[in-house]
Amino acid sequence: MSGRRSLVAFGCLALLLALVGPGRASPLVADLSKHLVAITTAFAGSDVLLFGAVEEPGDIVVVVRGPPRRQVMHRKSRIAGIWVNTATMTFDDVPSFFAVAASRPLEEIASDSVRKRNGMNIEDLVTLPSAKGSENVRDEWRQALIRNKQREGLYQPQLGRVSFSGPRLFRSDVFFPANVPTGNYQVQTYLLRDGALVSAQTTPLIVGKIGLEADLFDFAHEQAAFYGLIAIALALLAGWLAHVAFRRS
Amino acid sequence: MQIYLPIAEMSVNVFLILGLGGVVGLLSGIFGVGGGFLMTPILIFIGVPSPVAVATEANQIVASSVSGVLAHWSRGNVDFKMGAVLLLGGLAGSSFGVWLFSVLRDVGQIDLVIRLSYVIFLGIIGGLMFVESLRALTRRRNPAAARRKLHKHTWVHGLPLKMRFRKSKLYISALLPFGVGALVGILAAIMGVGGGFIMVPAMIYLLGMPTFVVVGTSLFQIIFVTANVTFLQAYANQTVDVVLALLLLTGGVIGAQIGARLSGKLRGEQLRILLALIVLAVCTKLGIDLALVPEDIYSMGYSE
Repeated sequence: MSGRRSLVAFGCLALLLALVGPGRASPLVADLSKHLVAITTAFAGSDVLLFGAVEEPGDIVVVVRGPPRRQVMHRKSRIAGIWVNTATMTFDDVPSFFAVAASRPLEEIASDSVRKRNGMNIEDLVTLPSAKGSENVRDEWRQALIRNKQREGLYQPQLGRVSFSGPRLFRSDVFFPANVPTGNYQVQTYLLRDGALVSAQTTPLIVGKIGLEADLFDFAHEQAAFYGLIAIALALLAGWLAHVAFRRS
Repeated sequence: MQIYLPIAEMSVNVFLILGLGGVVGLLSGIFGVGGGFLMTPILIFIGVPSPVAVATEANQIVASSVSGVLAHWSRGNVDFKMGAVLLLGGLAGSSFGVWLFSVLRDVGQIDLVIRLSYVIFLGIIGGLMFVESLRALTRRRNPAAARRKLHKHTWVHGLPLKMRFRKSKLYISALLPFGVGALVGILAAIMGVGGGFIMVPAMIYLLGMPTFVVVGTSLFQIIFVTANVTFLQAYANQTVDVVLALLLLTGGVIGAQIGARLSGKLRGEQLRILLALIVLAVCTKLGIDLALVPEDIYSMGYSE
């Protein structure tokens, strides 16, 4: 499976290189093995292969970001012996998914300002306006959100690997878990040399339900009343069938 | 074999869900209970978001109640007039309950309210059932014990709007069954249960209905109340997962058939003690979870 996929990937790559051509050398080209992560009935997570080539040797950082969402967080405290949500904080705009991969540890590749400017650290992307409490309090909430997202597998806690085959070709696997949020993703590939950014490329990626999953989801949201009636009708039918089967046997 | 649930937005093992449906169906077949009060907490334990668990379970109960009520109807054990009054209350209560559910979800307290309601009601019902069946066991060994009076007059008989219920041989205020129906309707919407485990004791002890019409009549009104909950949850919150409901149903139907056959071969009081213990175990698990220091005091709420 993986072997065949790499073959396809490098096939695509050869095509890319041919298109780019030696004349108008581009310092960086990258693409994905697929541009749609399809959530079907049997979906249990999916790997996407990112592959590319560089003109001159350098370091590669890949940042995958899910569509921004509004996220509400709660904090519990103990009231009369039980734990109750007593505080709430709303983040207006945080990535619903976040993963980073690099060819070497990030600190060795990119300076602080480069990392910050290009959104390579999740800490820089999860922000709260200063009106929402003191620095310490805001930091607690931010760390809590990142921790919770990591527990759900939506923020990758560890740096992924970008591996080179020879000096010019690179590849990286990105895993999307079964609970991956749907929407338009951005995959950014950065080429760095001596801590400075040389080139960058953005590749779009769509995560979406397709087939029966999509139809049911859209039906439930767009024709909610009708969906409710169908759900009841199905239940009535199933109950009646069970009664008939039970009586016969 | 994994299957992706379109509304719950998670991937589950088909056989796990079928098996859970089967086990709960088996218990409901043996004990003659709906099983919602076991299924909803179990779904929450395996990670189904609680709004989806509650709404989907309501959908499943529609099906299990239909097959139950048809069996009772053919034996003439349904008091339709009483059922209709209970149902009016149930529709009012469950509509209010679905509204309350959305409000609680928006303020981040729905999980707490669901769990607390379970702890309280499972605790009361399980405890009462346990004591009652222990007493029944000792009474059998001691047949000289006093019998309960058949009919007592209390304050409930002084309420206005009296109505005659021929099948139940009762002449009581319609406010009483309406109130019972409304209360159970609220619980159905918030806890994802049919409410039979509260409705049945209330009908026997509070309304004084004869036992033979109780189960059929309760099931009759549960169909409509859970159908109302299903519709309103689907309409207002989009939390009914038909794929999950169908899987649970399939397991449940098979389990219930085996259970119904087994129940004839087992003794009543011991069965009731067993059910009481199961109910108390679920109650204890939920209660401990509320009291223990959580893994993380911060949790994620609503996202859009």
